[in-house]
This record gives sequence, structure tokens and C-alpha cells, in this order.
Amino acid sequence: MAKMTKEEVIEVAHLARLAITDEEAVHFADQLEAITNAMELLNELDTENVEPTTHVLPLVNVMREDKSIEGLPREMVMKNVKEHEGGQVRVPTILD
Amino acid sequence: MNFETIIGLEVHVELKTESKMFSPSPAHFGAEPNTNTNVIDLGYPGVLPVVNKTAVDWAMKAALALNCEITRHTKFDRKNYFYPDNPKAYQISQFDQPIGEHGWLEIEVNGEKKRIGITRLHMEEDAGKLTHTGNGHSLVDFNRQGTPLIEIVSEPDIRTPEEAYAYLEKIKSIIQYTGVSDVRMEEGSLRCDANISLRPYGRDEFGTKTELKNLNSFNFVKKGLEHEQIRQEQVLLAGGIIEQETRRYDESTGKTLLMRIKEGSDDYRYFPEPDLVDIVIDDAWLERVRAEIPELPDARKARYVSELGLSSYDAMVLTLQKPISDFFEATVKAGADAKLTSNWMMGEVSAYLNAQNKELEETELTPEGLAGMIKLIGEGTISSKIAKKVFKELIEKGGDPNKIVKAQGLVQISDENVLLEYVTNTLDANPQSIEDYKNGKDRAIGFLVGQIMKATKGQANPPLLNKILLEEIAKR
Repeated sequence: MAKMTKEEVIEVAHLARLAITDEEAVHFADQLEAITNAMELLNELDTENVEPTTHVLPLVNVMREDKSIEGLPREMVMKNVKEHEGGQVRVPTILD
Repeated sequence: MNFETIIGLEVHVELKTESKMFSPSPAHFGAEPNTNTNVIDLGYPGVLPVVNKTAVDWAMKAALALNCEITRHTKFDRKNYFYPDNPKAYQISQFDQPIGEHGWLEIEVNGEKKRIGITRLHMEEDAGKLTHTGNGHSLVDFNRQGTPLIEIVSEPDIRTPEEAYAYLEKIKSIIQYTGVSDVRMEEGSLRCDANISLRPYGRDEFGTKTELKNLNSFNFVKKGLEHEQIRQEQVLLAGGIIEQETRRYDESTGKTLLMRIKEGSDDYRYFPEPDLVDIVIDDAWLERVRAEIPELPDARKARYVSELGLSSYDAMVLTLQKPISDFFEATVKAGADAKLTSNWMMGEVSAYLNAQNKELEETELTPEGLAGMIKLIGEGTISSKIAKKVFKELIEKGGDPNKIVKAQGLVQISDENVLLEYVTNTLDANPQSIEDYKNGKDRAIGFLVGQIMKATKGQANPPLLNKILLEEIAKR
């Protein structure tokens, strides 16, 4: 049975940009541990000759022709934007 | 201690499809900000991506041109990350089943050929463009969001910054020939990140690598790698260790600066893209795409050497850029001598384009015009010297070289009697030069030829003039 640590929960929360408190991290660690342990039950099955399934639909090659449709009017695009400037979306600088 | 440098390159190429990878909005460079987007690009809830078939065709075409094996059962994966350039908070990419794998290309550095492996070529979508204004804010243009991209990852086979440069030139050339991208670094349709590490000679394991970003030209790739190579060597020699990190190349100082400690692939939490079904490539599809691949630069180069008798170097330079190579072929087809055409293309044409900072297609020069001019030289109608005047006219204004030569009275003087008269007059006027020449000053001949060329406005047939001049001096 795998152990889920508070640090791992904080790391995953950071990657998902979730703000959680230390107490919550401890709490979630217990819960997530129970979940991952339940998932590990699946490892008991022999999947040696089973193709990985990424979709349940019996479909492949769903594609469209390369035809373009005019973009949305910029005013529409900006309707759900908090701040904009010169037709561009304004965000705090995050130096990556 | 001596170190061996290990370099691997990641190249991103934007495909020049009409629409985006997963949405029908236009995928063109240069539109007004945020006018080429729709709800799919903007990551609205409930929207579904649909794969652009041409983008898959073209990714396959590029993969085949780079000698990759095509993955017959391929799929898309979701790469999760938060950054303002991507409103979905994930990029649709390919993780464990890239469309192409195990490819290679051949480079030539200092006359030595070397094969560089290509680990993988996968399809993905581009992100929006961020402009940092410098006042704590950044501006986002989502036009580029969703543009089809291929990422080409090399094996760590590159050993020097020069090899890295040659590899990039070759990728650019091959992709340009396939016609799937403009491969213009200045417009961002070709971008490159470089991984570099050092290890003591003789050791098998690689050292810790750093990744270089913000390499905005082939030259910056070379310079950034040169700098990073020295930096790592100094750290290692001082007993330090190299951290796995991403470093930014600073164009103004030529140095690399720490950006961030590298995220591991786990941090992206890849998983199969639930909104897209798998792609299965059958023989018919693969062969249809393969048949569309034109003759590639290496094949052309070999043909120029074997059929046209050009040197390997000349053939390489001429075939590097498809427009140049196409122009060369059209000129030869129009009847010009291949070797002379090659000399003009690599000499005057190239010098003019460099000086004017222009592309060949932006000038008035046509293959017919250049071929006509080269034929006039071959026939002796104009001298090579006069040809330069005709050439300038052709590349700036265009036209028929025969008409230009006639209209401007540029026909070469090859009539011995006419030349003899010029020679006699010049010798009569310069007795000192004759004496100098007889006293062993060969330069005097150059002076006399110059005088006659001046008098004939450069139209004297040079070999004939030389012959007559020497004969006449000998008589005096």
C-alpha cells in the first residue's frame, strides 16, 4: 500500500494552482491515499494481453478538411476578458 | 580535464495550413491581434477539438522527409500546464506515440559528413503570443493559439555549436522543400531550443544538461551554445555541479541566464486526450503522402554534382534554399551553362540579395533574363565586366538582356582593327609605360589596359585586347 504524504499533496495542488492550507493537505493526503490504494487493486489483474484502452468508442480517424472560418469579432472575444489593451488581453507578467 | 560537448536540439515548426490544428479559425501570421480565434482556441467550456487532416498529412510528410518511421497507430495526449499563453490550461500534444520516430538527416561540417539521429517528430498545437510590456503586465494575442506545430527532437548526436548550426540549416532546407512550412525564424514559424551537457572524454554517461531558450536566430543558437559550453566547463573545472535548469540566451550580452529549474515530465501530468479518437494510418494513406514528397536537397545536390559537374560545395550552397535551387534549374533549362550560372548565382546574385537584404523573388530577375545574359557572355557579345552592368539592370528593372545590350551600346568590341586603333593611340600617348614595361615593370600593362578600357567604356574584348597590346609593345 502506497503512502501519500502531505508534501506530495502540496506539490500536486501547486501544479493545479489550488490554494490549500496545511491542515487541508494532511486531510487530503489521507483521502487520496485511500483512493490510490483502491485503484491499486486493479494491479492484481493480469493485463498482459490487453490492449490499452484510451477510448471506448469504436472510432478512429475523425478529421475535418483544412477549411478556415473567419474568427470571432474581437469585441466578442473581449467580452469575458477582465482587462484588455490595444486588442490584446492584459495579464500580470509571469516570467517563465 | 577535457570535456566532450553533447548537444540535442528541439525544433518547432509551424505548418502553414489554412486553418488551425483543432479548430477552423484561420492560421495565418500577421493578422490584427485576437481576430483569428474562436471558442475552441479560447478554451470555452463544452467545445470539442476536431483534427485538421491536412496537418496530419503534412506532419507525416515532414516525418518521411526526415527519414522517420511512421507510427501506424497514433494518438493525441493532453499536457497540463498553467500559463497565460494558453487559455485551456493544457496543450494537445503527443506523448508516447508520436507520428514519426527513428529518423535522421545528414550534415556536412568542414567537409565531413555526419548523420544526426532524430528521436521523434510529433504533432501539437501552438500557444498564444505573450508580449511583456515591462510594467508588470503582459499582453496576450491568441491568434497563434492552436496553429499546427510539429516538434522535431534530435538525438544527442551533435558535438559542436557548428554542427548544431548545420543541423538547423538542414532541417530548415528539408522542411522548406516539402512545402509544409515557411520555416521563417523571424516570423516564429521555426523555433529552436537547445539541450547541452558536458562529459569527460571517454565516459559513457551524459552529464547533467541545461536547456537554452530564446534562441531567435541560427547564429544565436550557435553563440548561446558556445557560451554555455564555456560556462559549464568553468563550473565543472572549479569542482561545481551543473543543475538541470532552463537558461535564457541574452542577445545583448551573448550570455545565458537562469530562467527556472526544469520541470520534470511528470509535472505535466500527460494523459490520452479524451476529446480525440486515435489516428490509424493505413498503407494507402502513407503511400499517398510519400508520393507527394518532392526531390529533397540531398538528392538535388547529388544530381548537380553528377549531371551538371558542379563541385560538392557549390551544389550544397545552391540547394540549401528551394527558391534559389528552383531558380538555378530554370536558368539552366533556359539554355545557360550550369557552371557559369552557378558562379553568377553564388557571386553577383547572392551579393546583391545580401546587400539589399532581399529575397530572390522580391527582385525583377528572371531565369530567362539571367540565362539570356549568360548566353551573351558565352557568345562573346558582352564581356563579363559589361555583364555586371546588364545584371544590375536585370535584377533591378528586369527586361530582355539582348535589348538592354543594344539600347545601351554595350556590345563588346571584338573587331581587331578597331582594337588596334585604340592600342596604337594609347601606346603613342604613353611612351613612359612602354619603357617601364621593358624595364620589367609588369604593372605598366595593367595601366595601359585600364586606359584602353576607359576609352572603350569597358567594351573591349579583354583577351583579344591583351593579345594585341602585347604584340604591339613588342614591335616598339
